[in-house]
Amino acid sequence: MDYLKRLGNSLLAPLLALGLALAVTSIILVAFGSDVVMVFQQMWGYGSQASSIALILNLATTYYLSAVAVAIGFKMNLFNIGVNGQYLLGGMAAAAVAGHLSLPSYLAIPITIFVAIVVAGAWAGIAGWLKVSRGVSEVISTIMLNFIALGVISYTIIRTHVGEDISVNVRGTRTIPKSGWMPGFKLANSDTEVYGFIFVALLVGIGYWFVLNRTRFGYDLRASGMSPSAALASGVDSKKMIAVTMLISGGIAGLVALPDLLGSSHTYTLNFPTGFGFTGIAIALIGRNNPLGIAFGALLWAFLDVSSQQLDLVGVPQEIVTILQGVTVLAVVIAYEIVRRNKVKAQQRDVGLALANQEVGA
Amino acid sequence: MKKRVLPRALLLLSGGLLLLSITRMLSGANDLTSTGTMSAAFGLAVPIGLAGLGGLWSERAGVANIGLEGMMILGTFGAGWAGWQYGAWVGLVTAVIFGALGGLLFGVATVTFGVDQIVAGTAINILGLGLTQFLAKLLFTTAPGGGATQSPLIFGELPTFTVNAIASPLTKIQKQNWFLISDISGLISGLFYQLSILTVLAVALFGFTKWVLWNTAFGLRLRSAGENPWAAESLGVRVNLYKYLAVTISGALAGLAGAYLAIVATGVYRGGQTAGRGFIGLATMIFGNWRPGGTAVGAAIFGYIDTLQLRDDANIRGLVLFGTLLLVVIAVLLLKSGRRNSGLAFMIFGIVMGSAFLSANSFPPEVAQVAPYLTTLIVLATAAQRLRPPSADGIPYRKGETH
Repeated sequence: MDYLKRLGNSLLAPLLALGLALAVTSIILVAFGSDVVMVFQQMWGYGSQASSIALILNLATTYYLSAVAVAIGFKMNLFNIGVNGQYLLGGMAAAAVAGHLSLPSYLAIPITIFVAIVVAGAWAGIAGWLKVSRGVSEVISTIMLNFIALGVISYTIIRTHVGEDISVNVRGTRTIPKSGWMPGFKLANSDTEVYGFIFVALLVGIGYWFVLNRTRFGYDLRASGMSPSAALASGVDSKKMIAVTMLISGGIAGLVALPDLLGSSHTYTLNFPTGFGFTGIAIALIGRNNPLGIAFGALLWAFLDVSSQQLDLVGVPQEIVTILQGVTVLAVVIAYEIVRRNKVKAQQRDVGLALANQEVGA
Repeated sequence: MKKRVLPRALLLLSGGLLLLSITRMLSGANDLTSTGTMSAAFGLAVPIGLAGLGGLWSERAGVANIGLEGMMILGTFGAGWAGWQYGAWVGLVTAVIFGALGGLLFGVATVTFGVDQIVAGTAINILGLGLTQFLAKLLFTTAPGGGATQSPLIFGELPTFTVNAIASPLTKIQKQNWFLISDISGLISGLFYQLSILTVLAVALFGFTKWVLWNTAFGLRLRSAGENPWAAESLGVRVNLYKYLAVTISGALAGLAGAYLAIVATGVYRGGQTAGRGFIGLATMIFGNWRPGGTAVGAAIFGYIDTLQLRDDANIRGLVLFGTLLLVVIAVLLLKSGRRNSGLAFMIFGIVMGSAFLSANSFPPEVAQVAPYLTTLIVLATAAQRLRPPSADGIPYRKGETH
């Protein structure tokens, strides 16, 4: 019963926020003369088809990894705004290496994953090092590193032998040989493959939960986030924590490029999808850095993104969904804050009552 | 402290110009300080500087603002839509209003509800992007000359001046390529060549900000909200009111920056037009130590390097040489003041860059693309301990709560 009550409380805020976001979007739609019911029916109808579900799962895999990378930092008040640059750079490096590997799958895939983790982790490590040794805010340094990563990538692809002409006017890394691809699977009644990487994302989620809740490191991490002074007093080396957390966050960010790379594109071109790092921030926020919450957020986000593709066909700009997402994020964080304040107030009242009763008893 | 800032900015500027002149003589890249380069650099510096100034207002009142990008996007859209409908001037005003509304919404989240400021800023960025893309598709797709991601041409133009009495003789001097004299001429003639009224406004706003925030009681109260809101409240300052004003002005300035991009730089609203300039503005503000003079210098440097990659290839080689000289000068200064480790690090960077200059005849444009960001990182790495942000910057404040 107590557990159910807690679950209900933690679901209350996001559901309220989603409701508010739906209301705002509906008002905007009505204001511009669209039929709200038709819009949501179209989205649901398209989004619940089997082929759409495969697309949603694929997109959600990518979003999930990005959000976990962000969430690890959030847990100790580190803002890794640089997931975007980290996964692009890690993805490019992994693709470049994988393109030249002629090894069996059981070697090629782990090596590709390893390269992505190391390169992206190292890139994030720069921000960690700057914060620990020079006191530079990671918010700014990771934003700068995002821009620098773009420069490094376009230089490497356009001007070095890492890049090759993939087709007319498209340069990218050498196409990964088939043995380096990650096999996917098909849902019933659908031709679209679900990326095999979804299982890696699942493992990452379980690992994230385990490390956070069942290890010394996870305890130190949460303690540092909740009260840096208390963590310090209990002997946590805050500099080491910052450096290690940045490395791990970056390492997971490296995985973000891989579902697409190993599952469908098999080459890293300059048109590689970007912006997942920022999506990850939003999803980590609405999922409250909780592994299950993030999964829910990633699926919701992916559903909205995929199902909205239908809207342009019926004359409603699909960007209405971005508005919906933006309002959701804003409303969710406000709702969490209100819930938190009420909780603090209730606690204070309970403590006050308990103390008053004690006095009466004595 | 108060008196030193402007002279220091001027010192930096003249030292930089001297170094640039030496670079130009050594590398033969005469376009480095030409009237055209300087004029283009000012043009690119204005939106970055305005965004930075927006960040300064907000952060001086203790609200860290990474939502500048979203507010700027709202500005470009406002300018594009209203400019197409009612002309450039109405577009300008609309951009400022749209930006200010973004700032106000940001204020509701951060000031009234005390939400984490980085988080709220991220939400504003998503919202600004989605709202403008949605409306653009709805309003511009069927309009003649417009498209799903682009507005029709803004009609009417904001006035630009070329002060020929100053610009033409100086341009002639600049073309002689004399040491230092030509560079100074290039800089000044660039300033008076095709000068937009918005550039004049931007410069005035920098001066105005400096005056309001540091020379009036209003400014003192606003800054006190960013330094120690608890103490300020106890002295009767209505902290939340000042924070609201600050973030709204911040949004308005970001909107103005967007208006410059849409009305002056391109003549249309275009999706993705801001290209991260809101973030860059934030970087210039930090680079400038949360002060108007420093922010202006930072914006000028970003604008200048941005210009180089758009022009002559030889410029980029010049830029590498300039970087080398700059690193060596900083290294010598550091070594002289006894900071051995930093000095040696800079010297090594300088030698690496110098050998790159000597060994390559041309450099790819990516060097100039990353240069501003790399510069910011290096500045932060060496000076972060001496930068001084407002003490309560980024900390949510609630009336009645103790710190």
